[in-house]
Amino acid sequence: MAKQSSMKRNRAIGNFFSYVVLVLISLIWLFPFVGVLLNSFRSYDPAVEYGGMVDYLIPKHFSLDNYKFILSGQTNYLKWYGNTVLIAICVAVLQTIIILCVSYALSRMRFKGRTFLMRFWLILGMFPGFLTMICLYFLLKQIGLTQAGAIPGLILVSVASSGMGYYVCKGYFDTIPKALDEAARIDGASRARVFLTMIIPMSKPIIIYTALVAFMAPWCDYIFASYIAFGHDSSYNVAVALYRWMNTGDYQGYFTRFCAGGVLVAIPVTVLFMLLQRYYVEGVTGGAVKG
Amino acid sequence: MAKEQSRKAKKNPIGEFFKDLGADIADIGTTFAKGGFRTRVSYLIMGFGQIFRGQVLRGFMYLFVEAAIICYLIFFGWDYLKKFTTLGTVETGKVGRVTVYGDNSFLILLFGILTIMAIVALIFMWRLNIRDNKKQDELLRAGKKLPGNKADWLSLFDSNFDKTLLALPVVGIFVFTVLPIVFMICVAFTNYDATHQAPSKLFTWVGFENFKNLFSFASTGFGGTFVQVLIWTIVWAFFATFIDYFLGIAVAMLINRKGVKFKKVWRTILVMTIAVPQFVSLLYVSKLFDSNGLINGTLLRLGWIKTAIPFWTNPILAKVMIIVINIWIGIPYLMLIATGLLMNIPEDLYESARIDGASPWQMFKSITLPYMFFVTGPFLLTQFTGNLNNFNVIYLLTGGAPKSGSMVGGAGKTDLLVTWLYKMTINDTNYKMAAVIGIMVFIVTAVISLVVYQMLPSVRDEEGFQ
Repeated sequence: MAKQSSMKRNRAIGNFFSYVVLVLISLIWLFPFVGVLLNSFRSYDPAVEYGGMVDYLIPKHFSLDNYKFILSGQTNYLKWYGNTVLIAICVAVLQTIIILCVSYALSRMRFKGRTFLMRFWLILGMFPGFLTMICLYFLLKQIGLTQAGAIPGLILVSVASSGMGYYVCKGYFDTIPKALDEAARIDGASRARVFLTMIIPMSKPIIIYTALVAFMAPWCDYIFASYIAFGHDSSYNVAVALYRWMNTGDYQGYFTRFCAGGVLVAIPVTVLFMLLQRYYVEGVTGGAVKG
Repeated sequence: MAKEQSRKAKKNPIGEFFKDLGADIADIGTTFAKGGFRTRVSYLIMGFGQIFRGQVLRGFMYLFVEAAIICYLIFFGWDYLKKFTTLGTVETGKVGRVTVYGDNSFLILLFGILTIMAIVALIFMWRLNIRDNKKQDELLRAGKKLPGNKADWLSLFDSNFDKTLLALPVVGIFVFTVLPIVFMICVAFTNYDATHQAPSKLFTWVGFENFKNLFSFASTGFGGTFVQVLIWTIVWAFFATFIDYFLGIAVAMLINRKGVKFKKVWRTILVMTIAVPQFVSLLYVSKLFDSNGLINGTLLRLGWIKTAIPFWTNPILAKVMIIVINIWIGIPYLMLIATGLLMNIPEDLYESARIDGASPWQMFKSITLPYMFFVTGPFLLTQFTGNLNNFNVIYLLTGGAPKSGSMVGGAGKTDLLVTWLYKMTINDTNYKMAAVIGIMVFIVTAVISLVVYQMLPSVRDEEGFQ
């Protein structure tokens, strides 16, 4: 009896410490988000408060000035936001289609050069992406897709090379029994029919995962977007524009406006991600185990 | 058995290649000798044989490819290709007040490469065309019928469906990845930099000059900086990968603990870091630790410190900060992955260990860790190579700062090879050295991947934990 109660006590103490650690972790993890949110409510108007960095967290006067500034049309923020949404949606749709096609071909078909193709892409993936930036810029410039045409240019570049990211999706297709394909083919269905009417409806989780990842990447893309849209304000995406607010000479005054812009841009992705979290976890775990 | 076969296949790949090539050439010859006139004409006019055997669709495809590539070569590619060896000799200059444009080395190099690739593609298509003709000849000789146009077309959605699916992705990757990479590899052997900017100035081939520069330890050489950046890159990748890995598993185990409630809430809180765009959260965090940011400001106000802590200006402190803040980003991923995997470990393993009187630490050390290592080995490897090229964290937090006068190429103390590459491209337009660094990144990644991959337990012993 005595032993049992001491075990119980041990477990209770253990649980208590677990909660303490978890609460601490949660505080640390949430702090930056709370910080950004609180800062976004501090007015940049010198008559009210100050828009730079300060040594206190909670604003003295609650105000919506930053949001008003952003949405008022004094800057191109809405245009930037539209650009970001447009790029993200196009990339998500097109990239998902391409990845599905490549994954199906590599998972189900056996053709000459298949292993060569996979190895070749693996090796290509070891080159750092920025290496090709200058060359891509001039390639796009040749067809007029930089600066003013940066939006289609960005979509084109992100979609064009997306076939190389087939690993997770192919891994998923590999787990769908081949006997299903074969049964359908004996009944006279063509490969295309099997792919469109059997495999795709069965792959909802991986399609959602692929689309989600593809959607989130351009949402945060800074480097390439800033290079291709260089100097052309109306083709920026939100990341490029906000980074400039933060890191140009007068970022002091723009700090709270950056926070407000950040909150607005983070909300849709965060909500979307939280809704589809289950699929994301499935994809990530599956991808990690199969390598 | 399989191993023996693979060893045989590996035996002297160069010899094999030439043997295959010889057989191929011989085959081209015999096809010509044996083939009918349709096949022979096809040697010059691709698709001729197919068209006149009734396979119009297929034939015109070959013909179209041939015509397109030859048009490209004549009207466009040749002009660039003939200057390829010098990358242009006529510099842009002014005659009176008018600018007279000379050669553009950049375009010569780019389209020169494209032209060479087009020629290779043409030869490849030509060979396919001959093989196709041979097959048709043989079929007809055997008295069989050739598949009609409709069957040909439908096969693209059945037996040849792979070609339909892969055509667009392969072309996309070719134009927007392969071509640029080949181009940049070539740039590493030229003197393309700020003083040789196309189109106003020419640049040209310099052989291994840039690589010599990379390993030269004289005051202007890149050697010293390169070694420093490389060491930090590897140190960073090591810590970023393994600290996150162990802490991630620990957090996952903590949440999985029996008796801990609201498991979903804890997980959701952690996962927020994946959802919120990094340029928002990391830029904020970087300002948080700034010399006049919230942390320093608060500590100063409370009187706990006299001067601001140089989080981003002291090189060592900056490096530690980056690794610590990266934990904030890394743990959620690992937690997600570990949560699923931990549940897969058979409970009876723990049960029997408990009966033998093992402590929790012992159980973790000899059951949990080996299992996790076994299952996540390949993932750890990709994680490591990903961290070698982890641009976002460094760029958004420090931008490579603090800068150092002792380093060349604008490198700072926290720069990784990739951020250094980026800086040389954007700030210094030192394309030649950026290209050299890019090749080095590739070599480092490839070597580490190959070596570690051979050592992975799941690769050496596939049956290990099943």
